[in-house]
Amino acid sequence: MSASLPQRALLLLVSLLITACATPTRTLYDWGSYPQALALHLRQAGGDAARQASLLEEHLQRSAGAARAAPPGLHAHLALLYTQLGNESLALRHLQAEKALYPEAAAYMDFLLKNARKAAQGSPS
Amino acid sequence: MSIRIRCVGLAVVALAAVLLGGCATVHIPPADPWPALREARPASVLVMPPVNNTPDVEAPASVMAQAMVPLSEAGYYVMPVALVNETLRLNGVQTPQDAQQISVQRLREVFGADAALYMEVRKFGSVYRVITSESVVTVDARLVDLRDGRTLWTGSASASSAEQRGNPQGGLIGVLLQAVIEQVASNFSDRNHQVAGIAVRRLLGGSEARGLLPGPRARAVDAQR
Repeated sequence: MSASLPQRALLLLVSLLITACATPTRTLYDWGSYPQALALHLRQAGGDAARQASLLEEHLQRSAGAARAAPPGLHAHLALLYTQLGNESLALRHLQAEKALYPEAAAYMDFLLKNARKAAQGSPS
Repeated sequence: MSIRIRCVGLAVVALAAVLLGGCATVHIPPADPWPALREARPASVLVMPPVNNTPDVEAPASVMAQAMVPLSEAGYYVMPVALVNETLRLNGVQTPQDAQQISVQRLREVFGADAALYMEVRKFGSVYRVITSESVVTVDARLVDLRDGRTLWTGSASASSAEQRGNPQGGLIGVLLQAVIEQVASNFSDRNHQVAGIAVRRLLGGSEARGLLPGPRARAVDAQR
């Protein structure tokens, strides 16, 4: 037995009513473990840099797989962690990545890159 | 026409009426409380180390960490928080009070941000009642244009763990609290940090009436406010 026209219209209206006022809850960014890593870092004045870096790297790979950009600041945070772990080249690469992704960061990233170059020139090799 | 069909027909008309009226909100354009903010349109925000006016030493770090997500989701580029902290520390800035003494010109030179967010934590922690204790966090904030030193916006927000009980909006706050708990996961299960997350979201989330306006990276729909 098929539904009459008014019945079909009623069904359609009810479904519209249910969905119409729903607002999308999707966030601008896919944050992953970055907020936790930041809170750990600030509250414990450091924490386990190697573990946090590997968690953030995992998240970056997942984001890349889902074709979503890294959230603002994540590359810069990784740069900080790699500096603490003594891996200068990875740190520099992540500063560049932050700058490429978010032009708002350019001036600050350039300031850090310039200081890093100065430090590299100043130290005997 | 049978009675049944006629009833369905009536229901259709009633529902259509609800549907047409349901989502409309009466729009009274409010006097713009922050004309300077609207005019300055800052794109990037430097979160300064918060000043702590509470006995809890955890308060500034917790509030500073919690500020990043709502501020970014509101459409602003937040200067990388931990890295900024490190730059300040390496330059001999030891306390939030020291940081607040730095001139806006110097901050602009080093960080290149359009605006700086100065926060003060007024309450952070447990308030003991007869039977239970509740966790209360109150934060005051001021957004300053680093290009000319003008104050663009000021705000204040509070949150309490007791809002879940006996509040008509408990459901909504419960959901918010749940979201924050999920966000911070098990590493910081402590209540103050979660409540700080709600307070800061109210302060900076770009959705409260007196809250910060959405920034340039906000979705077009949100930015029209």
